[in-house]
Formats: sequence, structure tokens, C-alpha cells
Amino acid sequence: MSSELIYQPISQLADQLASKKVSSVELTQAIVARTKAVDPKVKAFNSFDEADALAQARASDERRAAGQARGPLDGIPIGIKDVISVEGQPLTASSKMLANFVSPYDATVTKKLKNAGAVCWGRLNLDEFAMGSSTENSAFHTTSNPYDLDRVPGGSSGGSAAAVAAGEAIATLGSDTGGSIRQPAALCNVVGLKPTYGLVSRYGLIAFASSLDQIGPFTRTVEDAAITLGAIAGYDPLDSTSFKTEIPDYLAELSKRKGPWKIGIPKEYFGEGLDPEVAAAVEKAVSYYEKLGCEIKNVSLPHTEYGVGVYYIIATAECSSNLGRYDGVRYGHRSKDAKDITELYFKSRAEGFGPEVKRRIILGTYVLSSGYYDAYYLRAQKVRTLIRQDFLNAYKEVDVILTPTAPTPAFKKGEKASNPLAMYLSDIYTIGVNLAGLPGLSIPCGFSKSGLPIGLQLIGQPFKEAELLSIAHTYDRAHDWATRHPNL
Amino acid sequence: MKYEAVIGLEVHVQIKTRSKMFTRVAAGYGHDENTLTDPVVLALPGVLPVLNKAALDAIIKAGLMIGCEIPAVCKWDRKNYFYPDSPKNYQITQYDQPICIGGHVEIELPGPSRNVMGEHKKIPVTRIHLEEDVGKLNHGAIDSLVDYNRAGTPLMELVSEPAMHSADEAYAFLTSLRNTLVYGGISDCDMEKGQMRCDANISIRPIGEKKLGTKVELKNLNSISFVRDGIEHEIKRQIAVLESGGTLIQETRDYDGQTGASQSLRTKEMAHDYRYFPDPDLMPVKVDAEWKSRIQSGIPELPFDKQRRFQEQLSVPFTITSVLVPDRDLSAYFEEAAKLAGPGKAQAVGNWIVNDLLRELGASKLSLADSKVKPAHIAALVKLVDAGTVLTSAAREIFVEMFATGDQPDGIAERKGLKAAPTDAGELEQWCRDSIVANPKALAEFKSGKDSAINAFKGPIMKAAKGKANPKAVDETLRKLLATM
Repeated sequence: MSSELIYQPISQLADQLASKKVSSVELTQAIVARTKAVDPKVKAFNSFDEADALAQARASDERRAAGQARGPLDGIPIGIKDVISVEGQPLTASSKMLANFVSPYDATVTKKLKNAGAVCWGRLNLDEFAMGSSTENSAFHTTSNPYDLDRVPGGSSGGSAAAVAAGEAIATLGSDTGGSIRQPAALCNVVGLKPTYGLVSRYGLIAFASSLDQIGPFTRTVEDAAITLGAIAGYDPLDSTSFKTEIPDYLAELSKRKGPWKIGIPKEYFGEGLDPEVAAAVEKAVSYYEKLGCEIKNVSLPHTEYGVGVYYIIATAECSSNLGRYDGVRYGHRSKDAKDITELYFKSRAEGFGPEVKRRIILGTYVLSSGYYDAYYLRAQKVRTLIRQDFLNAYKEVDVILTPTAPTPAFKKGEKASNPLAMYLSDIYTIGVNLAGLPGLSIPCGFSKSGLPIGLQLIGQPFKEAELLSIAHTYDRAHDWATRHPNL
Repeated sequence: MKYEAVIGLEVHVQIKTRSKMFTRVAAGYGHDENTLTDPVVLALPGVLPVLNKAALDAIIKAGLMIGCEIPAVCKWDRKNYFYPDSPKNYQITQYDQPICIGGHVEIELPGPSRNVMGEHKKIPVTRIHLEEDVGKLNHGAIDSLVDYNRAGTPLMELVSEPAMHSADEAYAFLTSLRNTLVYGGISDCDMEKGQMRCDANISIRPIGEKKLGTKVELKNLNSISFVRDGIEHEIKRQIAVLESGGTLIQETRDYDGQTGASQSLRTKEMAHDYRYFPDPDLMPVKVDAEWKSRIQSGIPELPFDKQRRFQEQLSVPFTITSVLVPDRDLSAYFEEAAKLAGPGKAQAVGNWIVNDLLRELGASKLSLADSKVKPAHIAALVKLVDAGTVLTSAAREIFVEMFATGDQPDGIAERKGLKAAPTDAGELEQWCRDSIVANPKALAEFKSGKDSAINAFKGPIMKAAKGKANPKAVDETLRKLLATM
């Protein structure tokens, strides 16, 4: 019974909940049991609150019994990356700095999920403050890739990806600053969607790089991504960068929109460093669309090579400022033996932050400092505009851009941990999307010979999530990659 | 060698808004520590700022009042520095695209005497921008506690051009700016409550020299008098250093108004690197023509314009306008009373307000709003005196009673028997004749053309009338009789 439940998509579970074949309490209990059974191996969670989850599930069942069910998410356990606040629950950002911090308020996405009836379930591991591509930078523990426990699940939302892959949540929320949803989704054989910047409120998301961060869902299917996105998208008066736009019924739009589409293949994404097995799987997906009647066009994104450099200037600049608030004065880690205020700052931050966070703060402080601002930050912003322009130019000819999500399947733990630059390159195909503020989605598109998942990235036009999801759904429906599960 | 001082001011003013600058929590003063906070004020993980438009309205209004240009777009920047009263360890401010550019503050320098208007000058303003205030540290014997009630309060920073040359000019600048901002309802500018704070940049150079000297920033000037004292002290200090053969260093000094001493805080080498960059959490603000004209339509008359109008159109002397005009409410009170009193009576109205009303308010420690004497009372009293119904001396007594009771002057005069007697024309004529006859010297003077000699006859007449003769009637009767002699 339980193994049937834990791997079902939201769309099917919603029917079973509606027809009362299963209750939210039963579903939540199955998820809790699964988590207790496999998480000692996967380590996707930083913490979970079983009693709180079951109380939410009971409330959902009572609503349903009273004829007041709220839609497809009502009663569905959804895990939340430990960088998005849930009132009364820990909010650690996988950092010693916030190891004992409990959030006194709900993020807007959390509120929206609760309003949709979802059961907010557990706090999922990540690279500290969402900085990393392997979840090895968590101050607590490294999450394992459910398909190979010696390998990383990707990052920074590695816990969120691994939890869905391992059946420890029906869906999860992550955040994506340079690929932190799509890359781990690809490495863990799940669907990961990074929405257009401004579509989903960032209020309650611990900021890493404000102009790049965006919250999005991990799900088993594209259909589920459409359902979850519909619940969390929309203008939020608490987020000045949130966009006032009509939110379509993404689920209803999925099958309404039919191709054939014009699909762009950027030559810059298929060069050196791309694993041959990944290239082969992605090319197979391209030929699927071609057979479907889609027009495959070569496009060029000429400023791609600057993406990683520009990203690490802008992201670190913003993070150096955003992380200033973790100083031990009001909350979070405070050094015990500081003698004066300067020591309090130095020691609290030295003890509270891990090496990757420190590296980025130092880099960001440098690129913003007077005398270097024009040479680095300002120039990076200009190149960022060019990168966005590349995409918008391409969209004059195509509806969507198709690329690999990550250059390689999941790598081994420790393999890149000592080489930050090598690690940074695992986001090479996803970073441009954040710099340009576009929606991007990763779907499973095959496995390597050694059984590791491979992901396909589709990059859409601003605020055209409905179309992006339709294109992905067409592929998803015709393939069964997502129905394969790890052997745990 | 003769030196000239060059002074520029940076003035911070707390804007009067109901809520804080980037969140809905209330702004206020005098509440228990850390009660005016919320997740945004405390910079809890995950929170975001949302702009309070009322704060922006206030700055645009301030800018338009002093003739600033309001650019079509302004933006928000972060100023990064670590200090415990700054919850985010960066301050949201405006760096290179402020809301207001240019403009000027009109100032009045001290006149040659208290009764004479001083010279007016226009001091150019560089810019005005909006930023958020920080919290407050309360230092104890072994600990320091932070109160974030003030944190996030909207604060405007006005930067003047280095165009002032004396402590008096700086004093006049702040006085005028404060009056203007109070008039606009932008701030109460109460320096004791920290609503207005000032830093001064001071340098000196030999007279005739064009190049600016080494600049010293004076901080912690928390009253307008301290600004004057501090600048004077600093100019003397700089001159003394140069005269004794020393060199000045660019530094920031802390001035203690209580002791009149200053000490170095940091030098140029120790200056902060604030690492300004555009705040990615806030969008730039577009200020369109409609927005500007809506605010423009709510702009009041400026204090100095009002003063000129009182003097030129209402013929009220400087001695009175200089008391009325700095107080917006008092000016409005005066204008209403003058209007009710009718044409030509503004000066008399002004006299009553400045001399009697302010004296009584001061003695009883009441504010204008508490006064039982309303503009209509003043107007009625002026009319009574003017018509000769009461004498000036009686009117003073009436005023005191009016202040105590709020009764109308006519009723008080009646009740207390203070009205000038309705004089029997024959009796009055007889008193006048008697008085003229009794003073042939004055009669001769009057006839030889000395008009003021007429006053010599009035005393005995009043004495005969027991002080209740209508002075106007006395004057008229005397002149009529004198014309026949």
C-alpha cells in the first residue's frame, strides 16, 4: 500500500483523496514511514515535525469530510527546502549560523501552500545558504543521491530533489539562483521548475542573491509541476520585485496548447565538457520533438562563455550584502567569548559560516569595493544585459530553447569538493537562465549506462510558463523515465 | 593672514509618516524599547522591503518647496557597514540617483539690530535623498542594549553646496530649513527628539584663494546652537593650527555641545568603504508629471514669502513678522484675526498677538491651540479700540480677562464698566474749552503750526471725564474749537 502511495504523482493522489480511497492522514503516514526508513541513508531532511504534519493532514481530511476540500494539493505532503520559512518550524539554511533559529512567520509560498491545503512537510537539506552544486556544503550532513549513495544529489536544493526521488515527499519546494532546482532535478530523475523571476514571491526565502533567486517546485511529473506552480505563483505586495500578471490555470493549459513548436538548440551548450552519454540522451529527446513535427533550429547565445564569470560576480556581490545580517546581534549564532563588538562580529561569523559561504562573501566584498566596482560589478551587469538580449533575440525565431541541464550525471561525493571552479562549472547550462530572469525546467530524459539519471532543460520565454510546461508535458507523457525509482 | 571659512551641511530629518519606510509597522517616538518592530525591521531571515509611498511624497514635497528638480527616475542603493544599530548591516539609501537635485534654501542673516531685517541669501542645495534611519544603542555599565524602534523610520538627507562662510550662515540655514519643513508638514524637526541632525564639513582658506582647504567633518551636532558653536570652534581651531605652522588633516571630528570640545573620530585613511550597489530587492521609482503636480498643488506658501507679504501688503513691521512667521500656526492665527478685523488693522492685530497673547501664553505655559482667545476675539478687541469704544489702557485689562475666561471683549467691557462713556457733546465741549483756556502756551504753539501741541490739552479733559471720554471725540471737538480760535 505505502509504496504505491509514495511514488504516485499529485494528479493521481488528488483523485484518490477526492474519492476517499485514501485519506491525507494515511498518505502522510506513508510518507513519514518512508522517510524514517530511507532517510538515514539519503539524509534529505534536516528536520521534520511528524506531529505537525499529521495535524495538517487531519485538518485536510476534516475539510474534505465537510465538503470543503480546496483543490488538487489539499492533503498532499510537500517538503520545503530549509531556506524557506514556515511559521514555528526551524529555518537553518543548513548553516551553523542558524542552527537553532525557528522562524516566527510564514513565507508567502508557505502561506499559499497552506491555503491550498497542502501538508507542509519537513525541512530539506541544502548547500549552506544555497551556495553550492552538490549539497556537500551543508553544515549538517551531505545528502546522498538516491540512485547511488556515494554520489551527490546536486545542489543547492539537493535535499528537495532527493526527497522526491526517494519517495520521502510527493513534491518539494526548492530555490534556484544559478541552477539549484534544475541541476539536482536532473541528477535525481525528477522534474524541477525554475519560474520566471518575479512570478513567485521571494518573501520568506532566505536571500542568497536577490536578483537571481527564485522559488520553484520539484515533482514527479510536469503535470504536478503545473499544479504546484499554480498554487505558489502570483503577485505579492510583500515582494517589490514580484510581477503583476494574470496567473493562468497551468494544468488546464497543458493539453490545450499543442505544437508543433519551434525549438532552438544553442550550439554553445553542446561543446567541450559535455558528457557523451548526456549528449546522446539529449539528442534523442531532440529527435523525439523532431518526429513530432517540431522545427529544430540552431540558435546562438554568443555571450554564454561569460555566464559563469558574470554570475559569480553578481551573486557574490549580492550575497556579501544579504548575509551581513548574520552577525550574532539579534539572532543566530553568537560567539561566546567576544570581548567587544568587533570581536563579536568577527568570531560569530568566523564560527557560524562554512568555507564556501566565506569564500563568496569575500569575493563579493572585493568586487563591490571602491576602485573595483566599475571593473567588476558594473561590467558584469552590462554583460548580464547582453546575455538576456541573446535569449530574447533567439526567441524571435523559436518558442523554446532546449539544452542539457547539467554537463554530467551525478558526480561522486568529494570529487569536486576541493576544487570550487570545477564545482561552479556544473551549473554552466543553468546559470544563463537566472541571469536573464527566464523560466527553465528540467525533466528526466534517460539514464547513463551506470544507472545515473540524465536531465533535459527547456528554457522558456518570460512569463510563458504555460507554454513551457506544455512543451515539456508532451515529452513527459510520451516517456516513462519518471516512473523508474531508485533501489533503496 | 585673513582666512575665509567654507562650510557645507548634511542635514538628516526624520519624516513624519504613520508607518516605517519599508514595512507597515508604526513609526513613533517615546514607546517602550523594541515595540515598534516586525520581521522586516529586525531583518529576520527571508524578509523583503516594500516602499512606503507616503515617505516619498514627503521628500518630493520638501524638494519642490525649495525649488529642486525631481528626476523622472530615482533608485535605491545599499550602503554596507557593520554596526549593531543597523539590523541588516546595510542601510537602504540613494546613492547616485536621488529623488531631488539642486534647489536652494533662502536664509536671513542677523540684522544690524534686532528690529531690522537682516540680509537674505540663497544657499544652493546639492541634493535631497531618502533613506532609512537606524536604531539606537543604550550603553550600560557592562552591556549595550539596542532599541530598534527608530530603525527603518524614513529619513531625508539634504546636502548643501559648500557655500556658507560663517557659523551664522549655517545657523540661519538650519533655522530656515526647519521652518520650511515644519510649514510643509514634512517633519516637526524637533532636534531634542533627534528628528533633525546635522553634520558640518568645514575648511578654511586664505581670502582670495579659490582652491578649497582641507576638509574636516564635524559630527554629532544635535542642536542648532551646537552647530553654530561647533563651527565657530572648528574655524578657530583650524586657523590656530595653520598659524602655528601645522597642517590640517582630513578627518571626522566629534563635537560635544556640552563641553564645547571636539575630538578626532577617524581620518581619511580609516574612512569606511560602504560598497554601495543598487538594492536588488527594490525597483527604481518613476516619478511622473502627474505625481509631481499633485504634490505641487499641496505646497504651502514659504515662510519668507509670507513674511514679505505681511510686510508689503499688510504693512506689518519686521518686529512683528519676525515673531509671527517662524511659527506656522501663529501666522495662520494672525491672518485669520487680521481678516476679521478688516483692512488697515493688521498691525494692531499683530501687536495684540505678539505682545499680549504670547505673554499670557508664556506666563500660563499654554500652547496656542489651548488658548481661549480666538482670532475673532482679537479682531473684536481691535475694532472696539479703533471705534473708541474702549481705551487702550482698558483694552489691556479686557485682554487679560478675555484670556482667562474666553468671553467676548464687548461683554467684558460692559461687565467691568470699561467702556468709554458716551460723552455728552455739550459737557465735552465745555471741558475742551476749559483746557484750552488753561494752557495758552500750547494754544500758541498749535496755532503756530505744531500739531502735536494738541495733546497737551487732552490730559485735563480725560481727568475731567474720569478717563472715560472717547479719545476720538475729544480730538475732533478740540480741533473744531481750535479752528475757531
